[in-house]
Amino acid sequence: MHIVYCDFYIRNIIIFIVLKRRDFVKKTTLSSLATLIGAEIVYGSNLLEGYNLLVLQDPDPFKMFNKNKEMIVLNDKPWNIEAQAHLLDDKITPNSAMFIRNNGLIPEAIDAKKWTLTIDGESVVQQKTYTLEELKSKFEHHTYQLTLECGGNGRSEFNPPAKGNQWTVGAVHCATWTGVRLRDVLEDAGIKNNAVYIGYHSADQHLSGDPKKEPISRGTPMVKSLQDETLLAFKMNGKDIPLAHGYPLRLVAGGWPASVSGKWVNRISIRNKIHDGTKMMGTAYRVPCEPVAPGEKVKDEDMCIIESMPVKSLITYPKSGAVLKNGTPLKIRGHAWAGELEVSKMELSIDFGATWRECPIEKPANRLAWQHFSASIDFPKKGYYEVWAKATDTQGVAQPMLLPGWNPKGYLNNACHRIAIKVT
Amino acid sequence: MTKEEEFKKYAKKVYHLMILAFSIFIIAGGATIYYVNDPNFSAFKNNTEALVITPEEIDENLIENGIHVRTGLVDGVGLMAVVNNCTNCHSAKLVTQNKMSAERWNETIKWMQETQNLWDLGDNQEIIVNYLVTNYPVTEKGRRENLTNIEWYDLEN
Repeated sequence: MHIVYCDFYIRNIIIFIVLKRRDFVKKTTLSSLATLIGAEIVYGSNLLEGYNLLVLQDPDPFKMFNKNKEMIVLNDKPWNIEAQAHLLDDKITPNSAMFIRNNGLIPEAIDAKKWTLTIDGESVVQQKTYTLEELKSKFEHHTYQLTLECGGNGRSEFNPPAKGNQWTVGAVHCATWTGVRLRDVLEDAGIKNNAVYIGYHSADQHLSGDPKKEPISRGTPMVKSLQDETLLAFKMNGKDIPLAHGYPLRLVAGGWPASVSGKWVNRISIRNKIHDGTKMMGTAYRVPCEPVAPGEKVKDEDMCIIESMPVKSLITYPKSGAVLKNGTPLKIRGHAWAGELEVSKMELSIDFGATWRECPIEKPANRLAWQHFSASIDFPKKGYYEVWAKATDTQGVAQPMLLPGWNPKGYLNNACHRIAIKVT
Repeated sequence: MTKEEEFKKYAKKVYHLMILAFSIFIIAGGATIYYVNDPNFSAFKNNTEALVITPEEIDENLIENGIHVRTGLVDGVGLMAVVNNCTNCHSAKLVTQNKMSAERWNETIKWMQETQNLWDLGDNQEIIVNYLVTNYPVTEKGRRENLTNIEWYDLEN
């Protein structure tokens, strides 16, 4: 405990000190640090031998979060890390390839035994607080594969560019989540007839350090909140949820922008109006209610909240850049998903959309899970090719080959994914 | 010997005695302090775990190959204004990822001031925005770009 407290304390004081890693002897380190920061290091003498102070480490996010070395770090404060398409080849995404999107600072020193979830708000019949253990023992457990995609996945392609983390294709995953239904917990506390929305509140810290500010507090309308698949999850892929993904409790609402799936959740408010928490208002996770020209200014009141994510697909094998011999067929596979809907058709093109060939698409493991496709492609002659993938949802809406409608914050880019192939 | 000379000589003796006493005091005191801190006299032993004090200068603002090492920002007019105002709350990576016009940077600054506790930048605002539009200019991407930076590899079947 002391150690955790110690590095927390130090990190808050020294933001700017960058030291190269050295084998400092403990006393020297502590005293020179104390000199540098002009403050005594609380509990410094309790530091374990060999324990490196966090400020002295080159933080290695791949080790810290158990991520594949090929993941791309977009931002280190707050942490935002995305996958590359070929890392997402597994049918169920392992932690090593799951993108991290944080709005604030990851909470520290979490004690799951003391963790509680409070259900409150204008439209709760009776405010209730549950310990994690109570949630686990009182309510039935459910497990689903759920697709979570960041609303800004693909933002980097918008023109004019949109502000924010410049995600390419890798801010999506489909892991297995185990937990209790949000509906069961909300109904246990009681939902008044005037309930409109739920809003989550979490333990993460605002970047400015201001304790009064929440980094993010979003939610879903009651209809989505009460779906079978909307979980308060405590397990991911059969294990405790990794810290960066919301340990010990995460709201998971598949098919919607992943920002709705609040991490480190400790309070859920049943609201009698659309939740007005941080990043619900203004332009955050909103797109123009009516289509606009690229670069056009849009007033806040003309921006509408994103609900279901659009149809999309990703070629996860082979990795872009494959060179193969003329006459060898190319085996290809990937995943497709369609927000609240299902993917009904999958097509591939090797001539920039002039012709499309349909390929089989599996049924989802459960509603809101991504679906898998595979095909074998023959190329007519040597040369440079691109394999383009296009999914169509159950309402007949397909992915565009060009960028979809421009929007000020660069959300919902579901343009076809493609990989480069050379036949020699 | 005059009385005065005798006095001088006497004073000199006292002076020397005082220096001696003071020196002994310093040495004894120093040794005692040392003993309290290092009773094994480890510093006099050939100890492989001897202290390695690295009095290395920490240059927070080292610039290598035109890049400000600590933040990764391009060196240019206004660099330090950006470092000092724009990397306290969030990573510089959030700045360098974004390519925006002066107008949109100014809007973004206003948004940060209204919602994210960013302070008034005063005269620095113009310096910062000029630095950003000069060093991270907007690039025209069209409606869909060519695939670039393809790493070709032989696919084993």
